[in-house]
Amino acid sequence: MTTLIIFNLVNGLIIGAFYALMALGLSLILNLSGVINFAHGGFLAIGGYLAYTLGPYLGFWGALLVSPFLVAFIGVAIERVLIRRLYGRDPLYSLLLTFGLAFMIEDGTRFIWGAQSLPYQIPSSLSAPLSTSFFFLTGYRVFMLVLVAAVVIGLFFILNRTRLGLRIRAGTLDLETVSVLGVNTRVLRNLNFGLGIYLAGLAGVLAAGMLGLQPTIGDSLIMPSFISIIVGGLGSLPGTLAGGILIGAASGLTTVFFPSASEAVIYVIMAVVLIFRPRGLFGEEGRF
Amino acid sequence: MNGSDLNKQAANALIWVLLLTAPFWLVEIGGYVELGSRVLIYALAAMALNFLLGYTGVLSFGHAAYFGLGGYGTAMVIKFLYPSTPVAMLVGIVAGTLAAAAIGPLIARLRGVYFAMCTIAFGQVFYYIAFQWSSVTGGDDGLSAWQRQPINFGFATLDILNSNKAFYYFVLAVFAVCAGAMAFLLRSPFGRTLLAIRENERRARFLGIPVDRHIWMSWVISCLFVSVAGCLYALLSDFIDPRALRWDQSGNFVIMAVLGGMRSFWGPLIGAAIFLVLQDYISSHTENWMSFVGLFFVLIVLFFPRGVLGLIKRKHET
Repeated sequence: MTTLIIFNLVNGLIIGAFYALMALGLSLILNLSGVINFAHGGFLAIGGYLAYTLGPYLGFWGALLVSPFLVAFIGVAIERVLIRRLYGRDPLYSLLLTFGLAFMIEDGTRFIWGAQSLPYQIPSSLSAPLSTSFFFLTGYRVFMLVLVAAVVIGLFFILNRTRLGLRIRAGTLDLETVSVLGVNTRVLRNLNFGLGIYLAGLAGVLAAGMLGLQPTIGDSLIMPSFISIIVGGLGSLPGTLAGGILIGAASGLTTVFFPSASEAVIYVIMAVVLIFRPRGLFGEEGRF
Repeated sequence: MNGSDLNKQAANALIWVLLLTAPFWLVEIGGYVELGSRVLIYALAAMALNFLLGYTGVLSFGHAAYFGLGGYGTAMVIKFLYPSTPVAMLVGIVAGTLAAAAIGPLIARLRGVYFAMCTIAFGQVFYYIAFQWSSVTGGDDGLSAWQRQPINFGFATLDILNSNKAFYYFVLAVFAVCAGAMAFLLRSPFGRTLLAIRENERRARFLGIPVDRHIWMSWVISCLFVSVAGCLYALLSDFIDPRALRWDQSGNFVIMAVLGGMRSFWGPLIGAAIFLVLQDYISSHTENWMSFVGLFFVLIVLFFPRGVLGLIKRKHET
């Protein structure tokens, strides 16, 4: 029983790490630009598929390093050409635009890489279990958790210790003042969008190693990421992180006792949070 | 009565004449009667959404859930409980409306993107239930092997099962009742209050209007009519599956409203007609229909945000 609980808790934490990675990217973009990026799951899929294509040339590690940057580059380009035009308009329009992008990306990946699911090779050094009593603890899972933790620490370092991060945080609070102080907010939002998409691309490569690749790979991750943001509180990145891990762990634990409710429990958590704390666990009062 | 009122009356009359005669001219121009029924059903859904989106100014992206609840309610009653179309529709409508009424208080306090996100997330709950609970809902395969039942009025029977035209006129009758009810509500003091909230929520609050409660009521009314559309949708092809209540369906309703013109009563009808005719045409020519829908969304947002009627109105004014 203990092993079962630990197994599902670890599983939940890994899934939670994915949710958090996705949700942090979504949250960055939402906070600074007011855009709900529905195409986030699509960018995740592109990250995985690009790594699949690059893998034979660059190896696993090279693909892991390069693919997210390529995705971020695509994201930056899309922001420049399409999304930038909608800033300052009703959020309805950016939502519809990213909706359309999500359709196009899903269909595009299906067109390029095919509808059937593709296996994604991970190095044998990572796929072996670490110990016999905890057979489920493969090196890859531990590696993923460590990598996500490192990336999250890196992200918070950027946000708290660099000038870019300072500007992003300031812009989240009051973009107009930041602009008046001489910061080019167009470039700022552009870079910020790229940063958010980078996280999606990275999540895509990691997810490919665990789940394999299919055009709809992002679909099952996007809704929990939304809920992570709602539970954690809009406008708060630490909240988003906590929200992602919380719902991941909760759905993992629910699997032990009541497997069919593992999906439902995250919606229950969302409902409870909305009843007792509509701004989310770490959200600021009166922001939305 | 001034000129613009007269124009409005003429436009209304034209729309009703076109709708009443549709089964006859649709076939002449290469369409088919079922397409007409589908346009009416989606138009009702998009108009119901627009009650909230265009007239209350609240952004919902989760209406497919209540559409689907109406559809599943109808399908399940006819398949498992009692073979009567009106009873089944009633159950579907009650199911969709009750679900919306229960979720309403959780989200009525939220605004803007936050409201949109929560409606999407809550909408997906019903998708997962329909998808997972396969012993009752048929899971991914949906509910088939049932048929809409002829409607018995006592003195006469409307055979909506075997006659496409009869079904079209049945849909049109339901559509007319719902459209009339929505128009009546929008013209009432309640509807005017919703407009006031849309235009300036803070001022409405200062006037002592209980804003959250009005948004909740508008949400429930909107979901009620969308679940009526869902019932008709299930009856149209004697089939319902989880895709009817997925988030992309909600997106379709929103794009229809935007395409036709959110600020006009008939806008969503025109949007639905354009969208469905294009869908019908393109999906019979290519497998990559999804890319075209996506592109369609992007183009509308970038170049056509006011919609057809918005554009006409603007030209008229300048």
